[in-house]
Amino acid sequence: MGLLSLMLAVPMVAAIACLFVTDRNARLIAFAATLIDFALGIVLWTRFDIGGAQWQFTERADLFGRFQWALGIDGMALMLIMLTVFLMPLCILASWDAITRRVGLYMAMFLVMETIMIGVFCAQDLILFYIFFEAGLIPMYFIIGIWGGANRIYAAFKFFLYTLLGSVLMLIAMIAMIREAGTTDIPTLLAYNFPPEMQTWLWLAFFASLAVKMPMWPVHTWLPDAHVQAPTAGSMILAGVLLKMGAYGFLRFMMPMFPDASAQLMWIVFVLSMIAVVYTSLVALVQNDMKKLIAYSSVAHMAIVTAGLFAFNQQGIEGALIIMLSHGVVSAALFFCVGVIYDRLHTREIGRYGGLAVNMPAYALFFMLFTMASVGLPGTSGFVGEFLSLAGIYEASSWVALVCGTGVILGAAYMLYLYRRVVFGELTKDDVKAMPDITAREWAIFVPLAAVALWMGVYPESFLAPMRGDVTTVVARLAPAKPAGDAHLAAGKSKAAEAHGEVAHGEAHQAGGVQ
Amino acid sequence: MSADLALIWPELILTIGGLITLMLGTFAGDRQVGLYQLASLVTLAAAAVAVIALFGTEATVFSGTLAVDAFGGFAKLLIYAASFVCIAIAPRFFRDGMRAEYPVLILFAALGMGIMASARDLMTLYVGLELNSLAAYVLASFMRTDDRSSEAGLKYFVLGSLASGMLLYGISLLYGFTGTTDFAGIAKALGGEMGTGLLFGIVFVIAGLAFKISAVPFHMWTPDVYEGAPTPVTTFFASAPKVAAMVLLTRVIVGAMAPAIGAWQQIVIFLALASIILGAVGAIGQKNIKRLLAYSSINNVGFILIGLAAGTQQGVEAVLSYLLVYVVTTIGSFLVVLQLRDREGQQVESIPALAGLSQYRPGLAAAMAVFLLSLAGIPPLFGFWPKYLVFEAAVNANLVPLAVAGIVASVIGAFYYIAVIKTMYFDERSEAEVSGGGNILEGTIVAVSALWLSVIGYLFIGPLATASAHAASVLF
Repeated sequence: MGLLSLMLAVPMVAAIACLFVTDRNARLIAFAATLIDFALGIVLWTRFDIGGAQWQFTERADLFGRFQWALGIDGMALMLIMLTVFLMPLCILASWDAITRRVGLYMAMFLVMETIMIGVFCAQDLILFYIFFEAGLIPMYFIIGIWGGANRIYAAFKFFLYTLLGSVLMLIAMIAMIREAGTTDIPTLLAYNFPPEMQTWLWLAFFASLAVKMPMWPVHTWLPDAHVQAPTAGSMILAGVLLKMGAYGFLRFMMPMFPDASAQLMWIVFVLSMIAVVYTSLVALVQNDMKKLIAYSSVAHMAIVTAGLFAFNQQGIEGALIIMLSHGVVSAALFFCVGVIYDRLHTREIGRYGGLAVNMPAYALFFMLFTMASVGLPGTSGFVGEFLSLAGIYEASSWVALVCGTGVILGAAYMLYLYRRVVFGELTKDDVKAMPDITAREWAIFVPLAAVALWMGVYPESFLAPMRGDVTTVVARLAPAKPAGDAHLAAGKSKAAEAHGEVAHGEAHQAGGVQ
Repeated sequence: MSADLALIWPELILTIGGLITLMLGTFAGDRQVGLYQLASLVTLAAAAVAVIALFGTEATVFSGTLAVDAFGGFAKLLIYAASFVCIAIAPRFFRDGMRAEYPVLILFAALGMGIMASARDLMTLYVGLELNSLAAYVLASFMRTDDRSSEAGLKYFVLGSLASGMLLYGISLLYGFTGTTDFAGIAKALGGEMGTGLLFGIVFVIAGLAFKISAVPFHMWTPDVYEGAPTPVTTFFASAPKVAAMVLLTRVIVGAMAPAIGAWQQIVIFLALASIILGAVGAIGQKNIKRLLAYSSINNVGFILIGLAAGTQQGVEAVLSYLLVYVVTTIGSFLVVLQLRDREGQQVESIPALAGLSQYRPGLAAAMAVFLLSLAGIPPLFGFWPKYLVFEAAVNANLVPLAVAGIVASVIGAFYYIAVIKTMYFDERSEAEVSGGGNILEGTIVAVSALWLSVIGYLFIGPLATASAHAASVLF
């Protein structure tokens, strides 16, 4: 049994065990299983050969007759799997005291979710990928529906049906691809050249599915509902990992498999991303519900990701990947910040808080750090991603870069405004005064999240290095179809071009600032 | 003649076994439940063994009116297995004593279905269909003191007779314009000029058969009959006769009407889409779980018809695979329904009464959730796989718009399945708690089928594909 199969099996076995034990033991089993998976993830990362073969840890077993149990990862998948296994133990810890009803089922659902998420990122067979991709709906439906807030039923149905409707079209496109190429093997499909007119249809079908998962404006409306109603750990995993499946699908399937259609239809992505950045940022600015605010900010961040991906160049795609990782850590942390005070006061209404810096200084510190990371302050993970992706977008289109740049400014506005209302101000309300600072368990969750957010901000090379080769492969695949950008960068050697790109980016940033 | 008899062992065993069971019931009386139940189960098992023994034989018997082939064998095994389960689970349901007519009627219905599955002549088709139908009418009204059951039987009979009439009319037209009742002969005649009379014949034959598979717009009887009939009988109606009628329709379309693809394909496409959409929309708002499952069966028949609409060998393979998974899911879900009883021991059929079921009967609720999600075709449950196969067949037959329409409509269907799961899992426990468990047999069947439909089924895709390909190749 390979390492990847083992990583899939551990949470699955633990999930079954959780159904048959007491609440306390279910928590312990779930925590132990997720920690084991995290340890396995670290082994995976240390044994990953950077610059080696594109696909590593490959496994292949002809179990299903028509398709295969084929696993394997490249650098992008590795980092997303790392994100998953890193967040899962924290999610279990975050639900330690908050979940008191039907704990065994809850933990089982989270562990199944972990299996499914890892499966999505390491599947090397198209049908296997689809099965994992869709299967995620079921545990999330239960998590929102059973342990969610007051309006959880509506949110659970909306989440399920919305994302299902998107996904089914992708299945038809996959069938057509399998028919055309005669294989379900993803690496083979990546090298297959589909006829251009067919690519357009396939691209649109995939886009229908992935845009919903992403989520892109205007099909993002399920996300605020799902986030607001989901329990804290559910929001963490939803924002942290599930939203990355959409972007992963863009990068793994749509761009390298349909390069001509991607170039031809990139304007759709750019237009939707620009609208999303501005519109959802403005919507976030006027929210009274903390979770809703962060949910809208996720949509805005994901829009920068899509724009960065469709810049078709090294910086743009690397930047998008770093935003994905950074957003995975930071938004999970922000949702946990909300969860911490929600557990104490049982409301998410921003107006009910205020002055928390006085009685909860440690909480205020962490919240500050993650707010800054979300805004993109240099030194935090958010900065690296936004810098790189905006540099890449500028190369493709200065107008798109300009509009997406406003997202950074608006992001600062709504996040700082949120922070001011919750943490600063007078501590007047009695029930807020009575709130104790964070507990040891909450420290244990905040510290690793903060450490990773800073690590990614100070030395992003650790995360970029494994992905660089894969991004280069995608960029090379896209190169023949790539339209000329409007930035007119001078062509040069790769080193020089990179330096030039960063200078160009500086201009874009200034332009954004002036605007 | 005697050589022919050697090839129809399954039918002979069923006939003799049915008569013996009938005699047992008559002379031993209704008290000897175990005795005649055992006789009927042994009969079915022996018939299944005979079918397996005949695998590999390709022949026609009785002057080419019946086919002995893998296609019929595949269907017969499914039919016999479903009938077996429906007899095995019945005694507990009929608390005041199961009467001997029940297994006898099911045995004769199974005999009729076996003939349907093997028919390669319009006359044998009709004989098999009517033998099955007559037994089914009586079964529907089996609880003679229950109003709903009598109503179900009457409704089924009246509408069923109408459908038989249409079928016979279509048969007479086909015979009149082609001069033969033999499927192969009809196919040869249809290769030439296509007249209005022939077209009418095709339409009426398909309409008559569509009634039996309860495809929209010939589905009106289904919810009422499913609701009114005793639950074991409903389990039976939803499983075995569906297989028989679907296999028969496949044989007629692929075997007899293949050259007239332009004539039947659009009809089948219409039936498929109408069934998927109406089956999904009609189920929304149903408060009775048996009615809901009735609409679900209409919905699923629509998906099976997509495979048939492709008209290719791949499409027929998909139909067979779908039937197998569908039968397992249907029997499993009805077995769960069978276990739901309130404190007085009365059957619970209302969906709101299931509120919070997962909290006091977690295993049962989990099994039901697996069956429902599988019927909806959500991966990783195995119900996804046959849906994939029918859509693949449709895409490969260049019916992409049909596949897209079907799969989009399947999302509507998902709504009511997850609504039932919501009742079982998200709602608070209701006052009228459901109690009463099943016996070991029922529990085992439910558990095994639920496990098979969760991820384990995927391990059997290879053998399933081999078997269905072998069976389907007979027709091409």
